[in-house]
Amino acid sequence: MTEPIISIRNVAKRFAGGVTAVDNISIDIMPNEFFALLGPSGCGKTTLLRMISGLETPTEGQIFIGGEDMAFTPPNKRPTNMVFQSYAVFPHMTVEQNVGYGLKVTGVAPAEIKTRTAEALEMVKLSHLALRKPDQMSGGQRQRVALARALVKRPKVLLLDEPLSALDAKLRDDMRMELTRLQETVGITFIIVTHDQDEALSMASRIAVMDKGAVAQIATPAELYEQPRNRFVADFIGKVNLLDAAIVKQKGETKTCDAKGIGKFDMLTDKACSNEATIAVRPEKLKLSTSEPKGAGLVKVKATIRDVAYYGDTSHIIADTVEGKELEINVQNDSRTGGAGVERGQKMWVHFNPHDALLLTE
Amino acid sequence: MSKQLKPGQGPLDYARRPWIMTLFAGVLVFLYAPIASLIAFSFNVDKSGVWHGFTFMNYVKAWHNEAIFYALSNSITIAILSTIFSTIFGAMTALALWRFKFPFKNAYEGFMTLPIVVPEICMGISLAMFFSYTGMMAGVRDWLWPFNLINIIFAHIAFCFPFVAVVVRARLQGFNRQLEEASKDLGATETQTFMNVLVPFMVPSLVAGGLLAFTLSLDDFVITLFSSGPGSVTFPVKIYGMVKRGVDMQINAASTILIVITLAATLLAMKLQAPNKSGH
Amino acid sequence: MDDWKDFRRVFLTLASPGSLWMLIFFIIPMTFLFVLSFSSKAIINGETSTTAYAYFSTFDNYFASAGTSYLVLLWRAIWTSAIATFVCLVLAYPLALAVCFAPPRWRPIMLLLLILPFWINLLICTYAMYSIFRSTGVVNQALGLVGLGPYEMLNNTTAVIMGLVYVYLPFMILPLYSTIEKLDRSFLEASLDLGASQARTFWSVTWPLTLPGVITGIILVYIPCLGTFLTSDILGGPNNWTIGNAIQNQFLEANNWPFGAALSFILMYATFIALIIRAVVARRSKGVDA
Repeated sequence: MTEPIISIRNVAKRFAGGVTAVDNISIDIMPNEFFALLGPSGCGKTTLLRMISGLETPTEGQIFIGGEDMAFTPPNKRPTNMVFQSYAVFPHMTVEQNVGYGLKVTGVAPAEIKTRTAEALEMVKLSHLALRKPDQMSGGQRQRVALARALVKRPKVLLLDEPLSALDAKLRDDMRMELTRLQETVGITFIIVTHDQDEALSMASRIAVMDKGAVAQIATPAELYEQPRNRFVADFIGKVNLLDAAIVKQKGETKTCDAKGIGKFDMLTDKACSNEATIAVRPEKLKLSTSEPKGAGLVKVKATIRDVAYYGDTSHIIADTVEGKELEINVQNDSRTGGAGVERGQKMWVHFNPHDALLLTE
Repeated sequence: MSKQLKPGQGPLDYARRPWIMTLFAGVLVFLYAPIASLIAFSFNVDKSGVWHGFTFMNYVKAWHNEAIFYALSNSITIAILSTIFSTIFGAMTALALWRFKFPFKNAYEGFMTLPIVVPEICMGISLAMFFSYTGMMAGVRDWLWPFNLINIIFAHIAFCFPFVAVVVRARLQGFNRQLEEASKDLGATETQTFMNVLVPFMVPSLVAGGLLAFTLSLDDFVITLFSSGPGSVTFPVKIYGMVKRGVDMQINAASTILIVITLAATLLAMKLQAPNKSGH
Repeated sequence: MDDWKDFRRVFLTLASPGSLWMLIFFIIPMTFLFVLSFSSKAIINGETSTTAYAYFSTFDNYFASAGTSYLVLLWRAIWTSAIATFVCLVLAYPLALAVCFAPPRWRPIMLLLLILPFWINLLICTYAMYSIFRSTGVVNQALGLVGLGPYEMLNNTTAVIMGLVYVYLPFMILPLYSTIEKLDRSFLEASLDLGASQARTFWSVTWPLTLPGVITGIILVYIPCLGTFLTSDILGGPNNWTIGNAIQNQFLEANNWPFGAALSFILMYATFIALIIRAVVARRSKGVDA
């Protein structure tokens, strides 16, 4: 088994006033991973990234980089490099000087600086702008400079702090593809911090979802979406209907649930659970029909359509069950006429297969 | 520079580096020790550099010293009058600069800040000459108090109002002009809008600018020395005369009073300005 | 922003008091001083008049100020001010840096402590320095307790420089603070992250990016130091007079106004040169602020 390139062990960062930014986190990151730290603002993800880079130090714990504990090593002595959220491209240097800076200050020979800088600029397609000053460049170009400047150092790990947040939507999509391509080409570990789940899901090979300074779940994107470990992850990643349920009967893996506002049904799960749980169903897994649906084991409930929001490819529908539970349903608009074929105030059947639902105990 | 960082310490936490903390403490001692000793010795019974016992005698003597009392009342009168006019002129200048664009605006703006950057002694001397040459220096000498101070007041307004203008202008920069539009949209006239929307917004900066002008005027020595005629002695000018004759604990007592007045005005001005800054 | 032409009356009402005041009490006196610096006392009926002047008649005042004794005073002002400014810079930069990088709740109080003396009367500050360093002052008394001194600490150049640093240090701290505060700290972080040492980061990133503040600070300290006469008078004594004392003397005692005017304008020229340098530097480093 390969050694992790970064191993974070029981790291905590507590401030004098009693505020805890990061609370006892342990994560192993493998070589060549594209790893994402995802969470709402204030969850400690940026602090964690800055502790990996050495711009901040933990108050407890160890951070191994390449097998060596570097928790208190100054940033200039670490084999990591960072792409800053504001890019931090030095305004008083040309693009070329910016990219060569990290080599120059560590005593690399001028001839080598020249070739490596040229290569790095080639890689981010900025060779033609080598002599520009940053104030004559667009945000996207400055970000490429920041990328080239970090990659030219050939770090063991590249750290990216919300790299796409300052770009406009179109550029952001291009840059996402570009970052994935770069990571495959250079073959070094990328750690990205983001609050944007689409960004994390589409780029990362593994994601740590963080909440209030702690890790809520570490998993691949598909696992996070389909197998969230708890309510927070289910709710944070994508949209979800959360149903409070009482477990009225447990017989082996078959659990009989009584979901508030929905009714009783059986679910198959090997999870141990107490008398209360949460049932999570994604909106696209809920179906609508005008007549009572037939099929063994289907969960079905009558509901009144309250709101229909048209998004082109899909329509998002809000419906209230007879007992007052609000449900969100996504419908594919797969025919050109009629849209979802649903109108406000209409009474319809909402149903789903219990296999598509998830029993959450945390 | 240590090789390793301490737990919880970032590489840019310069304020926590021992040598900077030492420097900071050293500079504070350098800045405050002379003032502290001046204040402490204003309570000393004699004028030696050694503590010989506590007394209020120096204050009592300074209070009864007619020359000091007269100089102090002159200074305060000058400060109050020049504050009033500087605040008005400064506010008007700031409004003109904020509201309008006009030809040579940048040059005008730079020119308005000249009294802030020109060496005080040059301004003082040019005013001294101006007052002598126009006969104002001799002319006002026998006028009724406080009109015999008018030259100094004119001079003080000239170097105080640009400061007020800077302070008020900075505040106006944060004004949302849509508030004016909203007021007019709701039916207020131009004048009503000005009085009900803009003036209340300006008030903190008027007070802060006014207090700034007050302390500048109260503190000024150089320009006053040159623009005052023989009869109109202000407090700093009086102290200068006394200092030239040697150390005297009455100077300490009187200086302490001036320091207290100035610092009180300064801290008040800062307090009035502080919450607005966080408000933006 | 409105065009002044659309609101002529409002604009003129607002702009005229300040403008008039500046014209009467700044421009006209300064012009007078300027004219006088090229003038001499008029000779009327063979007698030198005490009140009338022959305007634009001579450059002698400037030549006279080139006389050795005045050159000495000018030169002394130039170099004592330079040393005082340098000391201020060396002290103020780390302090401003410390304040800017201190925890946010400490920042205002630290800054206040450093600049509060700015509000205390120049004369009182100087007098306070004088009274603790005089031969019977607190410092010498304290040294006496350990069997040293008394030393003559005043009436020398060091005392003048110390006095100047004492009075003008806040003028250096303020512009440095406001420049460093605006500096995006991720520039420094990026430099460290790219492998530069703290010293290297300072000289390659922090210093060049804060140069405009440094220049402003130097000007704010150097100009008033050049024109000082109080500090050199009280702490330095007659042997340490500078150009400012000479100007004061020409006006208050020697009564040679044209000559005093020429000396003042030498100071003004120096000021303008300094302001031009600052404007040029500010324009060149405009991109830095963004």
